[in-house]
Formats: sequence, C-alpha cells, structure tokens
Amino acid sequence: MARRITGDKIFQVVIAAMAASALVILVLNAYVLTSGSTIVFGAFGSDFLTGTSWNPVEGRQAFGVLPYIWGTLLTSGIALLIGVPLSLGIAIFLAEMSPKSVRVPLSYLVELLAAVPSVIYGLWGLFVLRFWSLNYIETPLNQYLGWIPIFGGTPGGLDVFTAGLILAIMIIPTIASISREVIAAVPNSIREGAYSIGATKWETIRHWVLSYGRSGIFGAIILGLGRAVGETMAVTMVIGNATGPRAMVSSLFDPGQTLPSLIANGFIESPNPLEKSAYVGAGLVLLVISIVINIAAYLMVTRVLKIKGGAVE
Amino acid sequence: MQSINLNAWFGTKQALKDINLSIKPNAVTAIIGPSGCGKSTFIRVLNRMHELIPTAKLTGQVLLDGEDIYAKEVDPVMIRRRVGMVFQKPNPFPTMSIYDNVAAGLRLTGAKKGKNLDEVVRRSLEQATLWDEVKDDLRKPGTSISGGQQQRLCIARAIALQPEVILMDEPTSALDPIASAKIEKLVVELKRDYTVAIVTHNMQQASRVSDYTAFLYLGALIEYGSTREIFESPKNPLTEKYITGEFG
Amino acid sequence: MPKILNSYRFRRFKNRLFFGICLACVIIAIVPLLSILFEVIARGASQINLHFLTSNVLQGGIGPAIQGTLVIIGLTSVIGIPIGILSGIYLAEYGNNKFASTMRVINNVLTQVPSVIIGITAFGLIIIYVTGTYSPLAGAVALSFMMIPIVARTTEESLKLVPNSIREASLALGVHKWRTTISVVLAAAKSGLITGTLLGVARIAGETAPLLFTILGNSFFFQGFNAPMDALPLRIFLNSRLDAAEAQSAAWGAALILILMVLALNIGVRVASRGRNLSFKVT
Repeated sequence: MARRITGDKIFQVVIAAMAASALVILVLNAYVLTSGSTIVFGAFGSDFLTGTSWNPVEGRQAFGVLPYIWGTLLTSGIALLIGVPLSLGIAIFLAEMSPKSVRVPLSYLVELLAAVPSVIYGLWGLFVLRFWSLNYIETPLNQYLGWIPIFGGTPGGLDVFTAGLILAIMIIPTIASISREVIAAVPNSIREGAYSIGATKWETIRHWVLSYGRSGIFGAIILGLGRAVGETMAVTMVIGNATGPRAMVSSLFDPGQTLPSLIANGFIESPNPLEKSAYVGAGLVLLVISIVINIAAYLMVTRVLKIKGGAVE
Repeated sequence: MQSINLNAWFGTKQALKDINLSIKPNAVTAIIGPSGCGKSTFIRVLNRMHELIPTAKLTGQVLLDGEDIYAKEVDPVMIRRRVGMVFQKPNPFPTMSIYDNVAAGLRLTGAKKGKNLDEVVRRSLEQATLWDEVKDDLRKPGTSISGGQQQRLCIARAIALQPEVILMDEPTSALDPIASAKIEKLVVELKRDYTVAIVTHNMQQASRVSDYTAFLYLGALIEYGSTREIFESPKNPLTEKYITGEFG
Repeated sequence: MPKILNSYRFRRFKNRLFFGICLACVIIAIVPLLSILFEVIARGASQINLHFLTSNVLQGGIGPAIQGTLVIIGLTSVIGIPIGILSGIYLAEYGNNKFASTMRVINNVLTQVPSVIIGITAFGLIIIYVTGTYSPLAGAVALSFMMIPIVARTTEESLKLVPNSIREASLALGVHKWRTTISVVLAAAKSGLITGTLLGVARIAGETAPLLFTILGNSFFFQGFNAPMDALPLRIFLNSRLDAAEAQSAAWGAALILILMVLALNIGVRVASRGRNLSFKVT
C-alpha cells in the first residue's frame, strides 16, 4: 500500500516542481533586473525615467531613458500603423475570401515570416530594406512634406522609420494568424443573417463579422504590439544607434534608439557598475511595459477564443 | 415562385431530385417531410443561399415572377432582397440594437437616418407584432429580448426590405409553445402582403397555418396540393403514412 | 429602379475592390519573405565552400559559429527539453488547479519576454555568481529560459490530444498513474512531443540577444566552458557591424546556413504534424 502511494506522489511532486520552473524563471528575471537597477535608481531616482542624457563618462554621469521609451513608442506605433491594416487584410482574405486550394499554402507562407530569425531580418534591413526605404519612401516624403516635423531632417535610411517598417513586417504573422482564427470562429448564423438581407460578402465581413470578433482582433493587435516592443536585433541593426538627447527624435528619419536596442548596443561594453546598472534599469522598464501589454492581450484573446457561441460584448 | 426540374447536390450526394413545385402568391405553402428529406435544402435554393456551401451544385431553374433567379446575369444579392429568410435558430445581430437590426438591410442600400428610416422600422416591427413590446427599448441589443421576440425581430428585419417572398426554415422549432403560437398567428397574417413558404417538421403546425402543402421524401416531391387535400385525403400512400405518423 | 441598379453595381464593385485589396495585402506581406530568401541566397551562396564552413573567423570562415550553434543547441536542449516536457506533463495530466493555470499564464507571458531581458538575467545569474566569465553555460541557461515555456506548452497540447480512453484502459489494468503517463500517454503523444521540441529548437537557434551577453562571440573554436564562444546569429550580428566587405559577405554566408537550418526545422515540424490536429503556432 505504502509503496503505491509513494511512487505516484513522488512523480507528481517532481513534475510539479518542473512546472514551477515558469514561476522560477519569471522570478529570477524580476530579481536580477530589480537588484541590478537599484544602483541607478538610487543615484537618479525618477529622473532616470524622465531624463534624456546618457553620459557614461566618469564624473559627469547622467542616465535617463525617456528618449528610448519614446523610441520604443514611435517604432511600435509605426509598426502598428503599417502592420495592422495589412494583417487584417490578410486575415480576412485567408479566412473568408480565399479559395480552399490557396488557403493553406498562403497562410503557411505568412507564418513563415515569423520563423525567420530576428538577426536575419536585421541583416536584410541593414543591407537591403534600408536603401529601398530611403529611396522610395523617405527621400520623396522628405522632399515634398519635409516641412512637417516628422518628415524633416536628412534621411539616411538607418532611422526610426525603417525600424518601424521592419517591425511591421515582423508582427504581421502574429496579428494575422490570431485574427484569422477569431474571424473563423464567428458563428455562421451571423453570416447567414447578413446574407439573408442581401448583403454582399464584403458588407457581411465589414459590418458584422469584424464587429463580432472585435475584442479578439483587438487582443491580437495588442499581442503584436507586445512583440514589437520587445523586438531587439532587427531594430538594433537598423535604427541608427543614437544616444542621449539626440535620441529624443522629432523626425521619423532621424536615427533613434529603443529600450531593447539601447541595451543590445551598450550592455557589454559598460565597465563601471553605475553604467551597467543603467542598462539593467532600462531592461526593468522594458520588462514592466512588456508584461503589462502581454497580460492584457492574453486575457483578451483567450476570452474571445473560448466563447465561440455567445455574443461578445 | 416556381422551381422547374430542380436538382441539387452536396458534393456527390444528391439532395434534391427533379423538384417541380410552385409557391403560390399571397398564400402560405408548407413544406413537410421527415428529417433529411431535403426540405431545408430546397428552401435555401429559393434564395440562393444553398450555393454558399462550398460543395454545392445545382441544375434546373427557379423562377421568381417568371424570371430564372439562377440565370447568368443575376446577382444573388439582389435575389436575397426580394426573397427574405427567417432561420431555425433566431439570429438577430448581437452587435446591433433592435432598431439597427431592422434597419440593417435598408442601410445597406443607402438609406440614411431620418424620418423615413424610423417609419420603416416602426412599420416592420408592427407588422411583426413586436412593436408594442420593444418600442421603448429600440436601442437595446438585438439579443437582449426573449427567443420568441428575437425571432419576430428577425421577421421584422426581413420584412423591412419589402420582399416578395418570405422563406421560413423551421422558424418555431427552437421556441417554446407560447412563442410558437405567436409566430404562427403572425405567419397567417403575413400572407396578406407577402408570399410565404415555411418548412416545418411539425405537421400540426403545417395544417394550422398553410394553404398549400408539399411533401418531400428523400429529396423528391411526393405530393403537393391544398393543405386540406393533403391532410384529409392524400393521394399518395407514402404521404398518408407520414401524415398518420407511421414514420418520420 | 435605375437608382437601385446603380447602387447594386457600386456595392458589387466594392465587393471586388476589397477582395483585391485583401489579396494585395497578402502579396505585400509575402514580398519581404521572398526578398529575404532571395538576398540571403544570392549574397550568401557564393560564400559556401568547405573552407568557409570549417575555418575559424580569422581565416575567413564561420566554423566556430557553426560549431558554437550546435554546442549551444545541445546544451540548451539538455536543460530545456527535460524540464519543458516534465512541466508540460504536469500541466496536462495533473493540471486542473489554480497552481497549474497560473503556471500556464506565466508560460505564455514568458514566451513574450524580450530576449534582451533574458540575456541580462543570465548574465547576472551565471556570469556574476557562477562562472565569473563569459560561458556557454550561461548561454545555455539563457536559451533554456526561452525554450522551457515553449516546450511545456507544446507538450501539454500534445498530451491533451491523447484520448482519455487510453489512460483509463491502462489504469484499469492496475498500472500506476505515473507509469501510465510515462509509458502509455507519452508514447501515444510521441510525435507531438517531438514536433514541439523541434519547434523550441527552431525558435532558440536563431536567437541573438541572449547570447550577446553570455557567450560574447569568439573567432576561434570552442575553448571550454569558461570562455566566450561563437554562434551563427552572433557572428551575423558582429560581422554586420564591421566595414570590411569580407566580413559582411561572411555574415551573409552565415545567414544562409542559419536560415536553412531554421527553415528545415520549421518545415520538418509542419510535415510531421500534417494530418493531425496539431497546430502549434510558430509565432
């Protein structure tokens, strides 16, 4: 009797401990980041969040991550602006409009976009996309609309805009595939009701299918935002690596910096504890932003995909 | 409406065999038969909803006012405005208010908000005997009312377009007896202004509301005639067996 | 009557128009993919030869990077696969409680944690407290932090697909639950487990940031567990920042190898789970 209980119990405890690894990993991350940032927060307090200088020189040190929060916001904003419409178009096409034969190969191709490693996106961005972006988008925009601040400055290709563009491409598979599932999960009775009053396919999608699935789609978008915020290598390689007040860009065509790219660029070379702590502090800010976004998205998406039959408010 | 030599398939399975059937104007025609006999398929052919299923196929003609609705140049969207449908499970749009549900079809063709729209919505809800119950709650979501009321809302939604024909696919099978009775009463009133075809597996309902009845079995039209004839003196032995409940 | 006809024609036109727009969206999205594949092949293929694949970086090759990637994948798998699978088993077989649902949520959150953060954590933990220098061990720990949640989730999904009747049959024969799980359920979900693991490997094979802080990169072949090491993604990144044309070309060559590896893994997963209900998202 005793032996039977022990065997099962041991096994259960062991694998429960393994499952707890998730918590352990999270806690370790939080611990290292918080303990590592105590130095910089101790030295600058909330100025770390609102300051714009980034001066590692001993004796004149000042660290503030506001420009990088700004850069993260800008690049993610551009990514959403460009990526969301494309993703929705793809999701609608794959879920509603495509003939069965093309559906699987095309959706697979879109998913393949997510399989390409970030550093290869960066490499491609650095040597290919940047010139295309410079020649076909940035220079014309700068020429004709340069009087508008966000299109001002002198475009060089390695800037906030190109980073946003690459991010847009990278988040498309995320948003498109979840949106596609959400759209497919819309009950057919809604569509039938729309067809029965003589709606065209597009009208059905636009007025009824999309609004029924709106929270799920919104969740997908937030998830894409989460990815954009945390994306490191591709952004690092094309954003132009600006630091200090210069990184508080006013034009999309200025070189900039995001929180992840800041850390990727500078963490290794930082010799003294305060500077290193500054990078860790930036990491902490990034982690908090990222977790908040992703919990919000997770709640939204799972709530919708679980309810397949009822109305969604 | 009239179907001529109508055959329909789902992939390789033939659902309707050579149906020749008339739906008389300003009357209620009931379509009865055991499950799987093709009555739902038939009715969905009449407003070109059958073709929405990927493997659907169809031969033959369906005439509306003498014109074939399956002719090449005809747009299904136009047909569905002239031939409305009410479904088995009430499906008002959950993301829209009661008012918007009724107005939905009209808005699609460009009707703007205003007195005209209000008038049409009110008239449709009145005809669907729902107006008095919802007139103070028009902004509430279409799904906030009871099942029976939702079905009447769907009827109002269909009526708002002033269709020539109203198709009903087992409209009361998901409702309780009281709500069903209300709908049946409504169906009889509707035939004044519209042509109605109703699919039902409830024979008593068919005999209560319809003027003509068609009996389908295994995809073929077995018998058609006035409701009184079918129920009191059916010509086909199969019909009689079904009526008396020997199978079905 | 004519007014209605016009309206219909316009609506039909809109229908076609938006169909075209949506199709265009798909094409626009696929163009970058094709461009990346094209460029990597065009610029990298010319680099590939035996010398390139086997010499060290000073000699113009990426041997250390290839070796490093294999080493790091191996080390990470040793840590990540057992923990991930066992974790997934718990979530699937014993997971009807609050603890398990919390772990599930945390797993999902972890898959979205930026890779730089993982790199910082591994640096802070291993390099500062354990090894004192850059080390493949730290890199493996970092990547396993990313691999474990993925493998746990795919394992759980695969196990959940195994019909309960199999479990019940085994238990009814008097087999202990732990034995049932290991011998019977696991065996039944074997292919799902394998594909899930491959997916985890594919994901971490291309990661750069965690390695940047933990193994730093090295021009030479593996030098032990207390020295920096190279890896394909690292090599690509480091070379891309150099001005020398040979370094940049080498980066493209490395990119070709890396992308072939990752795509092979992904397509392998896809082919292996064809015909089943598995739909692990690559994202």
